[in-house]
Amino acid sequence: MPENNIVTTKPNSLLSASNLTCIREERLLFETLDINIAAGDIVQVEGPNGAGKTSLLRILAGLSQPYDGTVYFQDENISQQRENFHQNLLYLGHLPGVKDEMTAQENLEFNLALHGLNSESAESTLAEVNLLGFEDALASHLSAGQHRRIALARLWQSQAKIWILDEPFTAIDKLGVEKLEQLFLQHADNGGCVVLTTHQDLSLPATRVKKVTLAYRFY
Amino acid sequence: MTQLSYRAAFSLIVKRDLMIAFRHRDDIINPLLFFIIVVTLFPLGVGPESTTLSRIAPGIIWVAALLSTLLSLDRLFKSDHADGSLEQMLLSPHPVFILVLAKIVAHWLLTGLPLILIAPLLAVLLHLHESSYGALMLTLLLGTPVLSLLGAIGVALTVGIKKGGVLLSLLVLPLYIPVLIFATSAIDTAAMNLPYNGQLAIIAAIFFASLTLAPFAVSAALKVSTN
Repeated sequence: MPENNIVTTKPNSLLSASNLTCIREERLLFETLDINIAAGDIVQVEGPNGAGKTSLLRILAGLSQPYDGTVYFQDENISQQRENFHQNLLYLGHLPGVKDEMTAQENLEFNLALHGLNSESAESTLAEVNLLGFEDALASHLSAGQHRRIALARLWQSQAKIWILDEPFTAIDKLGVEKLEQLFLQHADNGGCVVLTTHQDLSLPATRVKKVTLAYRFY
Repeated sequence: MTQLSYRAAFSLIVKRDLMIAFRHRDDIINPLLFFIIVVTLFPLGVGPESTTLSRIAPGIIWVAALLSTLLSLDRLFKSDHADGSLEQMLLSPHPVFILVLAKIVAHWLLTGLPLILIAPLLAVLLHLHESSYGALMLTLLLGTPVLSLLGAIGVALTVGIKKGGVLLSLLVLPLYIPVLIFATSAIDTAAMNLPYNGQLAIIAAIFFASLTLAPFAVSAALKVSTN
């Protein structure tokens, strides 16, 4: 069972879920999970491998359907307002979504344009993630960490309120992690929220980070 | 936030898919090469007698077109699914219908269109009846988009499966059969100097039905596959 379900009393709930139950491969990952995420929250989903962190994030993003339960964006079911929800959502999964055949800049430009953001600032955004000088390099020539940086670069441009990030720090160096954490803090202060999974300890002040712990269930 | 119009989103995806294909030319050349090889092998196997060849030419060209499209279908969603860009597309604020249609159009431009361009040349090799050329071009023009549209449904359903190749053929080939039957029948009828409007009208009907309905089926299938 999740040890500490987050139930905040703040009225301005951005993303909430009630009664979530998830079953994968005939194994119950979590049941009757309630989550309430308000503007300004940074939520870290914790748990051992196979506990259902990714499943939870995918359900919150609307990519997977839960066995039972509903996800709400601003108190309205996300399946009833797909376009509105997606405009306010930035989800980055395990896979960076970077095409090998395109250059770093083309990848970022496409990602920005696809999500309705200004793609002209791609070059300056790449500078934020230390990819200056690699704009015209094909992604197939870049490292795993650099692929992730291309995907993460979208965070600097994003106007979405809800960031759902699955292991955003994978293959990112220490300095990069620090910079990302500051960005999360800034995003939360500006009225957004961040939901992330990571096995690293966040260096953010403990009062700012809320934790959801999923336990591995053996039955 | 600058919201992209449907048309802008459509052309964004088409441009991206074409760019990726041109940087990865194997994907364009392989199906086309397969088409040419199959068609050129037939006269060697059957013999150069023009009456036999012209009798079987419509069938050969259409079966080869069908198989070469099947060969190229994997590219439609497989790599996007493998590297996570499909998820990002599904999560974009645009209707999935538009994105799916754009991907199918790009696929047709890269596989169907080259087949149409090369087909008259290969028809000469097979001694296709002179009066059949118009019918051949028209059926290919209406029929190859159907192959891309219906094939997309099969790919979307099997994209999450590691080895979905056989399953894809089993799913898609039966759906291709009506197009094959009416297209070859139209070309045969044209060879006899008879009107082939009827067959053409049926292929056109299949085309418009799949153009309007297939993207919905593909969207639904992709949502299931990424679940």
